[in-house]
Amino acid sequence: MSREGVPPLPVSAPAMPFQDAARLSLGDTQLRFNMGKATTTIRAKRYKVVDEMPDWQNLREAGRAIKDRTLRHLDKYLIQLEESVTRVGGKVHWAADAEDANRIVAGIVKSHGAKEVVKIKSLTTDEIGLNEALAHQGIKAYETDLAELIIQLADERSSHILVPAIHKSRAEIREIFRRTLENTEHLGDEPKELAAAARAHLRRKFLTVPVAVSGVNFGVADTGTICIVESEGNGRMCLTLPKVLVSVMGIEKLVPTWRDLEVFLQLLPRSSTAERMNPYTSFWTGIAPPGDGPDEFHLILLDDGRSKVLADRNGRQALHCIRCSACLNICPVYERTGGHAYNSVYPGPIGAILTPQLVGVENAGSLPYASSLCGACYEVCPVKINIPEVLLHLRGEVVRHKQATLAGKLSGENIAMQTVARVFASPRRYEAAQKAGRLGQKLMVKGGVIERLPGQLGGWTAVRDVYPIAPQTFREWWKQREKVSNTKTVPRQEARP
Amino acid sequence: MSSPRDVVLGRIRAALKDVPPTEQPKDVYIDRAYLHVDDGDVHKRLELFIDRVRDYKAKVKVVRPEALAAAIVESCAARSVKRLVVPADLPDGWAPPGVELVREPGLTNEQLDQSDGVLTACALGIAQTGTIVLDSGPGQGRRAITLVPDYHLCVIRQDQVVGLVPEAVVKLEAAAAEPSRPITFISGPSATSDIELNRVEGVHGPRTLEVIVVTELDVV
Repeated sequence: MSREGVPPLPVSAPAMPFQDAARLSLGDTQLRFNMGKATTTIRAKRYKVVDEMPDWQNLREAGRAIKDRTLRHLDKYLIQLEESVTRVGGKVHWAADAEDANRIVAGIVKSHGAKEVVKIKSLTTDEIGLNEALAHQGIKAYETDLAELIIQLADERSSHILVPAIHKSRAEIREIFRRTLENTEHLGDEPKELAAAARAHLRRKFLTVPVAVSGVNFGVADTGTICIVESEGNGRMCLTLPKVLVSVMGIEKLVPTWRDLEVFLQLLPRSSTAERMNPYTSFWTGIAPPGDGPDEFHLILLDDGRSKVLADRNGRQALHCIRCSACLNICPVYERTGGHAYNSVYPGPIGAILTPQLVGVENAGSLPYASSLCGACYEVCPVKINIPEVLLHLRGEVVRHKQATLAGKLSGENIAMQTVARVFASPRRYEAAQKAGRLGQKLMVKGGVIERLPGQLGGWTAVRDVYPIAPQTFREWWKQREKVSNTKTVPRQEARP
Repeated sequence: MSSPRDVVLGRIRAALKDVPPTEQPKDVYIDRAYLHVDDGDVHKRLELFIDRVRDYKAKVKVVRPEALAAAIVESCAARSVKRLVVPADLPDGWAPPGVELVREPGLTNEQLDQSDGVLTACALGIAQTGTIVLDSGPGQGRRAITLVPDYHLCVIRQDQVVGLVPEAVVKLEAAAAEPSRPITFISGPSATSDIELNRVEGVHGPRTLEVIVVTELDVV
């Protein structure tokens, strides 16, 4: 298949290593202020609504186990979903990658002679670069979620999976609206006013555009029911007013039975928007009754790297994710760098484990290091994804990948690490190294600490001091103790002045 | 050339090599130790429901069955509703006199857009989350009629209120399995927190949700 003239896909390798991108973000004081304020607010709210649930931990465990069961038998459940959706009048398509999915969507839109689609906020369609692909085919996609609209009008990228414009202040949003929307010359910066401006702008679109495109929060294998969770009502508009509905679903977004939703409908809203329940949750099974929504429904099952994630037994749990964003809001790194530093549709801790697996560690090797491994993300994850565990596993993958190349083998880091491994493998070599180090450090110790180490080790001391090797090591003291009689304890030399 | 379906399923099966071929889905244990039923006091449950709906900044009125008609009239007057959308099967005695009824079926989106509000029944309510559920059942009409108008007035009977989310999911199982019977959970008026995480009520859906709870009980 020719790729000529196809725009590049956004979820390819991050353009810049996380550490460099983070340095740029950290210099943006407005961004840091906005991010700090927003994440602090939502953390406090989340704590309150989770705390009032006596069975929260039981729900988390059930959520984890349901996802585990689904993934271990994903092929069976996908076939069951396909049968169910077909039985109730929907049409199921399979897409091995983004290109497949984009082509299918564009084909459906064109078959209806349409030039426009309205969209429900969907990370999956961001991931496959659907809007760009449609634009390439002369089809205009209108984002209808308020934040997605702001991002689209500003011609920017999302920085948060739940609140894409979290990095924007009300004043900035007002400027974007005044620049791009009609009748906004007197627009104030009150959130209420800004929301009303978006309502007026989009209402016409909802009432006239014939095709809607959405993602999927949950697909139910046994009934063929599809579920969309939202807040604004733009989702309901897209699901009920247009004649044709196309939903793009990542293959991991399945639950086996309708009853399983009783778990996720509790976990998701409290973890994401910190509400007991989000304002609107829509479920539909097949095509709508006459006059009550689309008479044509297409479901696209998308792989696009997910089967690669599934193949990794340690990393597989990243597919449990229900895209709630609790891990972003709690993460001390994300809070300071914001989402753009991750250069991916999936930022924050979940992005740090999902993106490298979707695009390959060779293309996103800096992301597994975008973490202090504090573990807060694991604690808040409603489906118990052990993010720190996967981060460590992926760091190992990054190193193994480097070691597989000649340049990696010969790199200073690899040689140093191999040397350290050899030294630590033998008591004799270890003691010799301690002695050598004691000599070598003499010039570097100031006031009982080493403030700066030379060469590549300087990275360690850039933000912390190290204590020098003691004048007498524990091993030396132990040996000396054995030499003297056992009745006398040997005073240990003071290690630090 | 193999179809995308074969490609995707083939990749998935290859990825799951570690799963023993004899393993069945039910062999993966799911511990469902979470709460399934609230069998507490009906009074408390109803008070919780009212409290949680109000928490979303929705209006709640509590009336005795015989006072329902008057309550609907009063709510419409308070909002100066002149054109009220109603489902084709609006229960007897609900229609407020003096208000023009825009009655289903066959209303256009434009007609809905130009109305002042909509009056419906509902399938059930969930106390734990302050949620109203529509399941395309009696007195509820199409989804669009509760979405396009700016004001939604919804009537719920006390016996329709369940305690927990799992109870609602169980009750809705039959409706969900039925094709062409969409279900909508509504928790407060439409809202967004997209601007500096400040919650703003009313984006695309109704900006005002009002719930009339019909009960013989004395609740505040």
